[in-house]
Amino acid sequence: MQLAVNIVVLAAIYALISCGYVLIYRVSRVLNLAHGELMLVGAYLLYSTASLLGGNPLTAVAMAAVLGLLVGVLVYVLLMRRMTGEMVLAAVLCTIALGVMLRGATVLIWSAQVRHPMEALGWSNPSLVLFGDARISLISAILIGATAVVYAALFGFLGFTRWGIRMRAAGQNPLLASQRGIQLHGVYALAWGLSTFTAGLAGMLISLDSSLDGTMTMIGLKAFPAALVGGLDSLAGALIGSAIIAIAEVLLIQFVNPLLSDVVPFFVLLAVLVIRPWGLFGSKEELDRV
Amino acid sequence: MPNASGYFRTSLDQDLVLLDTRTQKVSCAVFCALLLFVPFVAKPLFIDIANQVFLAAIGALALMLVTGFAGQISLGHAGLLAAGAFTAGILFKEFAAPIWVTLPASACIGAVFGLIFGLPSLRLRGLYLAVSTLGLHFIVVYLGGEYETRRGFSTGIPLDPPSIGGWSLDNGRAWYFVLLAFAAGATLFSINLLRSKTGRAWRALRSNETVAEALGVHVAGHKLLAFVISSAMTSIAGCLFAYYRSFVSVEAFSLFLSIQYVAMVIIGGLGSILGALLGAVFVVLLPYIVEWVTAILPLTASISGLIFAINHTVFGVVMVLFLLFEPRGLVGIWQRLQNYFLLWPFRQTPLSSER
Repeated sequence: MQLAVNIVVLAAIYALISCGYVLIYRVSRVLNLAHGELMLVGAYLLYSTASLLGGNPLTAVAMAAVLGLLVGVLVYVLLMRRMTGEMVLAAVLCTIALGVMLRGATVLIWSAQVRHPMEALGWSNPSLVLFGDARISLISAILIGATAVVYAALFGFLGFTRWGIRMRAAGQNPLLASQRGIQLHGVYALAWGLSTFTAGLAGMLISLDSSLDGTMTMIGLKAFPAALVGGLDSLAGALIGSAIIAIAEVLLIQFVNPLLSDVVPFFVLLAVLVIRPWGLFGSKEELDRV
Repeated sequence: MPNASGYFRTSLDQDLVLLDTRTQKVSCAVFCALLLFVPFVAKPLFIDIANQVFLAAIGALALMLVTGFAGQISLGHAGLLAAGAFTAGILFKEFAAPIWVTLPASACIGAVFGLIFGLPSLRLRGLYLAVSTLGLHFIVVYLGGEYETRRGFSTGIPLDPPSIGGWSLDNGRAWYFVLLAFAAGATLFSINLLRSKTGRAWRALRSNETVAEALGVHVAGHKLLAFVISSAMTSIAGCLFAYYRSFVSVEAFSLFLSIQYVAMVIIGGLGSILGALLGAVFVVLLPYIVEWVTAILPLTASISGLIFAINHTVFGVVMVLFLLFEPRGLVGIWQRLQNYFLLWPFRQTPLSSER
């Protein structure tokens, strides 16, 4: 029973992170390899706001989330905007460089010490007993809820709102979309903002559940196979992919070897790339050359 | 070196020589003499940096062959270095093998890994290929870590300095000559390979796969060959790295190392042997420059603990700047500089953005 709960929690973590990869890829065909670092930045923002506004934790969380959104928009406006229309690979390398830079910058700003935003917020993280002796921490439960809300909101946003439809249009055919009067830069910036917002949310919740230091970026990178397994441009695929990766990871750690935890997602990734490179639900596309 | 008035080759023999003008011969001889002379006067720190540059140059050349010329992006270069280093470490620990066994063994293992790394390239292109090599990187590093924990070398595998014909490689100066020889060998090998049929096939592949195939290039075979040759070279570099550091540990082969090699190729300038060498020099020197600058600046002592973070930040910023403003890399700057002096007093303004 505990195993099932672990799988669900891990799947929710991966799903919450991987929707950011999907959003940016779907809208601008850029693979954002700095996603893990943006997650880290979000978590550190929460730590800062929590230290500043110790009295009202909810305000701190909200403020950190808004700041996360701003960081994403800034990343686009200052950096990725110049890469629009460049080779896809150059843009990806740019995000890699951004990731390296952010990792250095977070240490410079917040130092390399392990932080505990939970204490700074003044909350506690009791473990809840579910049916059948399974346990789940309060934050993990919140994380599952947050993932559900985020996905529901994203589906609604992309399916029914004006900006969501613009986003899908820009993803499908940027030239045509801009001819129809869609502000491509605005749409891209929004995608980056939303993506960083969800990444920051994931970072905050993970750091609240355990602790906060640079190793968090690895979780971000491990969520990337989840996005790819489901198909890089499919939100539903990201959910399924996360579930697959989480099941494989938890079971293999439990029954084979705990050291496997960092590689399982990449094994799955390679398997999918060999069999079905565009993922389970992704659209088959003409893959770019270098 | 280009000549302002043009230099025309009139026979096949002239086309086959590597250095054809007197200026080239003289400058090359002076450069070689300088390289051979330096270790006798330089400080140990400087020799160490030079050795690191040579090691990085071998790896960067290998990556340049596969990414810059054959056009197959690889983000798993650190995994291949790790494969070479661990082959050396394991053979040394398990069988007490000497270097003349471990080095070819590393190359063979590297070639096998290259074949595995290259297999996805038959189906995947661009981004997806990059991602698959990234996945393989983690798997190779995991295998190394698994060996370390299984055999109880949880902190790393120590290696004894190797000896070649009774001459022990235990100081920086001895290593300098060995690594210089390897780096020079790798450079010559790459230059000649690129002038051969294989090299031309790779360039054709990079430009357009379909056209290359129509011209009779065996696409799958040449892609795999690019990965195999590049990986074998990288593994040799990894093996030498292991002996040079006399220590093998998975921590040394992080994703950041892969990124550094990619950065060498990008910063140097894609599609140029000189670019690989310049990139290697630049990326290896960067942390030392940063350290030197921070030491000069009137900063508080607390900054010294953050030197690692400053390095990361500066590295990221430099890489972004090159990607944004100088996509042709250091070679592009070098060529513009050359043209400026060659054409002086005229100014060269490119008609269209070259690319």
